[in-house]
Amino acid sequence: MEFKQFIFYFFAAVLVFAATMVITVKNPVKAALFLVLAFFNAAGLWLLLQAEFLAIVLVLVYVGAVMVLFLFVVMMLDINIARLREGFTRYLPLGGAVAVLLAAEMALVLGSGRFGLERVPEPAGLAADASNTRALGRLLYTTYAYPFELAALVLLVAIIAAIVLTLRRRKDTKYQDPGRQVRVERSERVRLVKMPAEKKS
Amino acid sequence: MTEFLLGTWNGLPAWSQGALLDLAKILAIVLPLILAVAYLTFAERKIIGYIQVRIGPNRVGPRGWLQPLADALKLILKEIIVPANANKFLFVIAPLLAFAPALVAWAVIPFTDTMWVTNIDAGLLFILALSSLGVYGVIVAGWASNSKYAFLGAMRSAAQIVAYEIAMGFALVGVLMAAGSLNLREIVLHQQGGLHQWYLLPLLPLFLVYFIAGVAETNRAPFDVAEGESEIVAGFHVEYSGMTFALFFLAEYANMILISVLTAVMFLGGWLSPLPPQWVPEVPLLGALLGGGVHWLLLKVSLLLFCFLWFRATFPRYRYDQIMRLGWKVFIPVTLVWIGVIGGATFLTPWGGVFH
Repeated sequence: MEFKQFIFYFFAAVLVFAATMVITVKNPVKAALFLVLAFFNAAGLWLLLQAEFLAIVLVLVYVGAVMVLFLFVVMMLDINIARLREGFTRYLPLGGAVAVLLAAEMALVLGSGRFGLERVPEPAGLAADASNTRALGRLLYTTYAYPFELAALVLLVAIIAAIVLTLRRRKDTKYQDPGRQVRVERSERVRLVKMPAEKKS
Repeated sequence: MTEFLLGTWNGLPAWSQGALLDLAKILAIVLPLILAVAYLTFAERKIIGYIQVRIGPNRVGPRGWLQPLADALKLILKEIIVPANANKFLFVIAPLLAFAPALVAWAVIPFTDTMWVTNIDAGLLFILALSSLGVYGVIVAGWASNSKYAFLGAMRSAAQIVAYEIAMGFALVGVLMAAGSLNLREIVLHQQGGLHQWYLLPLLPLFLVYFIAGVAETNRAPFDVAEGESEIVAGFHVEYSGMTFALFFLAEYANMILISVLTAVMFLGGWLSPLPPQWVPEVPLLGALLGGGVHWLLLKVSLLLFCFLWFRATFPRYRYDQIMRLGWKVFIPVTLVWIGVIGGATFLTPWGGVFH
């Protein structure tokens, strides 16, 4: 076995193991950490395919930002595991049917004879100085400029919607206005009171 | 002796020669780094001591020079206590998660024009991805300790790092636009030609944002609410002792050095000399000293590290809402505006050359 193949099978095995643990492990925090492990191994597989931009962005976006926020939320939840497992037997037939359906669909697509080296030739390896960051940038900002801008707009709308939906000012909460705090002057805070000295009666 | 060594070396298979060379390169970076971390702690105690008009450590060895070694020995010999009901595996692995990213990032740092471990095209992305991983050590430590204080520290740290990561990323986007490359070596080479060509001046707002966000990202004072000893004892590492605590300590200082090196590489011209090449005299020793070289990088990094210590001795700790306000409402708009300025100047006005 070639060394590259060994690396592929190693990453793939850890990926499958981590993905299985995500859905079987009881503790949600552990599940989230296994998902991080799965992302890392997927990034490793992409690196093997010479897609370094996708691999690094996967780590940057999903591991560095999304999963941090996810952990942030999951850690603060007080999840009752017993109650979560309650409906397991009740939903088993339905869930099992969906799983079998998915597996059958996948088998149909993959077994249809449209894949494999005899149908699709192996792509030529990239040149040593090829940068797929540059190639992706070229495509996104020239050929696909309008779809790209459209996607950016959709994301912007989503951000604004999320802010608007959660922004509510409760009247009884006290807020600080940093501008006013900075501008504050001595005369607003300290009042000197003149009074005559007390005399012993 | 030399012949024997050469003979053994040539007798090794090619793949193991490559592996051994890589290992040697890694050791050549990691060992000086650990030493630098140890003496950075000493420098911190001495410098803050002098700022506060006291002497600082001066008992162990001549003028206290052996103090870091004594500290390390003490921490190694202390017992590692695992709290009851803590998640043992995560509790032990958390310090490693904090320390490893701080070391891995050195793989893409160019020390001089020809000295590096790897020279990958997506170096800047690699750095960004790794700098966002350090937070896992803190979060996992806070959760696995099964302690309220540690948990509060982890929560604070997570929110803070997510906030400053964005401003940091945008500052790097500005550097990327100016240099037109993600390769750190090419970013430095774009700053050739003396002090006025460095990105320090054209990208001054981004430099300030990046460095301050770097201070926040390493959980250093005045952004050290994750430890905040007056409020939550010691934050995320309150349950850690001995070597596990020492690893968090090492990670913090290694991260400081890393942020300083990255700031030097991206804004202060890396290994380049501040003198324009035509001013450097053709004298044997002086010419090499005044021209570019790794000594300039070390000098710049030392200066930035001194700033880290100076900040700690000067500023009181930020209040939590002020940290969030600075990150979200000040830094992110500043970087966004400056990215717009760079893009506009490059494509719409004849002054684009200022940024390139």
